[in-house]
Amino acid sequence: MIHAEGVRKRFGGTEALRGVDLDVPPGSVCGLLGPNGAGKTTMVRVLTTLVRPDGGSARVAGCDVVKDAERLRYRIGLAGQHAALDELLTGRRNLELFGRLYHLPRRTARRRAEELLERFGLAEAANRPVRTYSGGMRRRLDLAASLIVSPPVLFMDEPTTGLDPRSRLALWDELRRLVAEGTTLLLTTQYLDEADHLADRIAVMNAGRVVAAGSPAELKAKVGGDRVSVAFREAADLAPGVAAVRGVLPGEPEIDAAERRLVVPVSDGAASLVKVAAALDAAGVGVEDLGLRRPTLDEVFLALTDAPAGQKEAA
Amino acid sequence: MTTLAPPATRGRRLRWALTDTLVIAGRSYSQLRAQPGQIAAELVAPVVMTVLFAYVFGSAIRLPGGGDYRDYLMPGIFMQVMALCAVTAATSVAEDMAHGIIDRFRAQPIARAAVLAGRSLADMTRAWLSLATMSVCGLLIAGWRPHGTPLETLAGFALLALFGYAMNWLGTYIGLFVKNGTQADGATFGWLFPMTFLANAFVPLEGLPGWLRAIADWNPMSAVVSAARQLFGNPGSAAVSWPLRHPVTASLCWSLLIIAVFAPLAVRRYRTAASR
Repeated sequence: MIHAEGVRKRFGGTEALRGVDLDVPPGSVCGLLGPNGAGKTTMVRVLTTLVRPDGGSARVAGCDVVKDAERLRYRIGLAGQHAALDELLTGRRNLELFGRLYHLPRRTARRRAEELLERFGLAEAANRPVRTYSGGMRRRLDLAASLIVSPPVLFMDEPTTGLDPRSRLALWDELRRLVAEGTTLLLTTQYLDEADHLADRIAVMNAGRVVAAGSPAELKAKVGGDRVSVAFREAADLAPGVAAVRGVLPGEPEIDAAERRLVVPVSDGAASLVKVAAALDAAGVGVEDLGLRRPTLDEVFLALTDAPAGQKEAA
Repeated sequence: MTTLAPPATRGRRLRWALTDTLVIAGRSYSQLRAQPGQIAAELVAPVVMTVLFAYVFGSAIRLPGGGDYRDYLMPGIFMQVMALCAVTAATSVAEDMAHGIIDRFRAQPIARAAVLAGRSLADMTRAWLSLATMSVCGLLIAGWRPHGTPLETLAGFALLALFGYAMNWLGTYIGLFVKNGTQADGATFGWLFPMTFLANAFVPLEGLPGWLRAIADWNPMSAVVSAARQLFGNPGSAAVSWPLRHPVTASLCWSLLIIAVFAPLAVRRYRTAASR
């Protein structure tokens, strides 16, 4: 549904995109993840015809983003970082305005606005000016405005930045509903849990390139799997503790004597944790802390974005 | 829903461009309806200016060539309000750019020039409305009278309106460079307002030192004021420079030149401008 090859864009002296490849199959959610300045927003702007790429090619919903830009604009929805609404007008008038600008007949635009207000729980606020809306309401209206022509592809640039947790969860639900109905979604985010929760595939961007891509699980596996970690109460507990763990787990434990700590890679997460707990209990070893550690996307993110950035500066 | 696609024929394309322009203009009208205070302020300002100049300045200023100062003054005030159309345009364009709504417009299949053309159409409706208010209050309060034929009077207003339209495009272009409405105000009002005084709008130019007079003579605003005075049959001052001896031609040229330069520049800038 979205296919980009070697997309490049330069703004003055800075290369915002240095050859970005991206492939998003229909009906899936792609999370574009990266630190500030990684090029996520520029990439979205290229794919939504707002910025013309200097090199490479990109097709969205079967349309070339440069040659077929006008046709493409009927097939995409875009919700940017700032709610792109008219603050002075009412919610209803905003949606009617954008509907008319898709060249919908007046009556159709009005009906569509009504439907969307209803769907996004804004019917009651429909006749109030947008400037009186809360942040969450604004985002919902902005999303509604992106959906006027039921576009098959939806782009959201940091959709939940600045939202409170409740509004954030509500927006996630709404996005899941859209995807379930068949919409292809590309979203950028700095929140790793957002990508983790919503995206089928994640492309990690850094310094204008995609530095890693895959499902959230695949990316986590790159940094390593689950680990059981045990902290013993006394130094004397260490030796019997290690023996007990060795007895139940195949993995070779990593031991930090000074911290009285042991870490073992495991393949079956929680089950291993239960085994270790039982073994330690049976051996009568004093345990201060016992837990299962999973690599977070944060770790993936830092591992992927830090080192390459440093190398690139050097090169 | 029907499948939506770009217009297939040239005629249809033109019709859509026109519709887009009108829809965008409709947006501006709705904005105005949402701020009745602003309309009121816009309509009151010229009234205040009329009273202020007519009675305060009018009590002290004597025209060198004779004639009624209030008759002399009104075309000047008309021109000032038209010149300041640039401020309104710059401010509203800058606000739009800052708030990201332009991104939505640009991601929608809207005719290229429609967003700016629609806005300037709406701005001009406002400007013509205040021109009408001012004429009424000139007639009622200041005792201003056009002495030409109705056709000449109409031509005078048309010339003023054209100048306002030109200034609107100048303001639009400036508004696309600044970051917000406050900056837009500074980048237009800051030099335009003094410029309206560096012209023959309020005082005759005879008393100015030579170099200043040369600037005032060639200030497009002077040409517009002189042209309006000529067409309204209001008293003017002695004209030496070419633009003031041929004010109608000169002001027509100035206005068309400003439009020819700044309208295409603004549309081009709008296409490429990435709002923040």
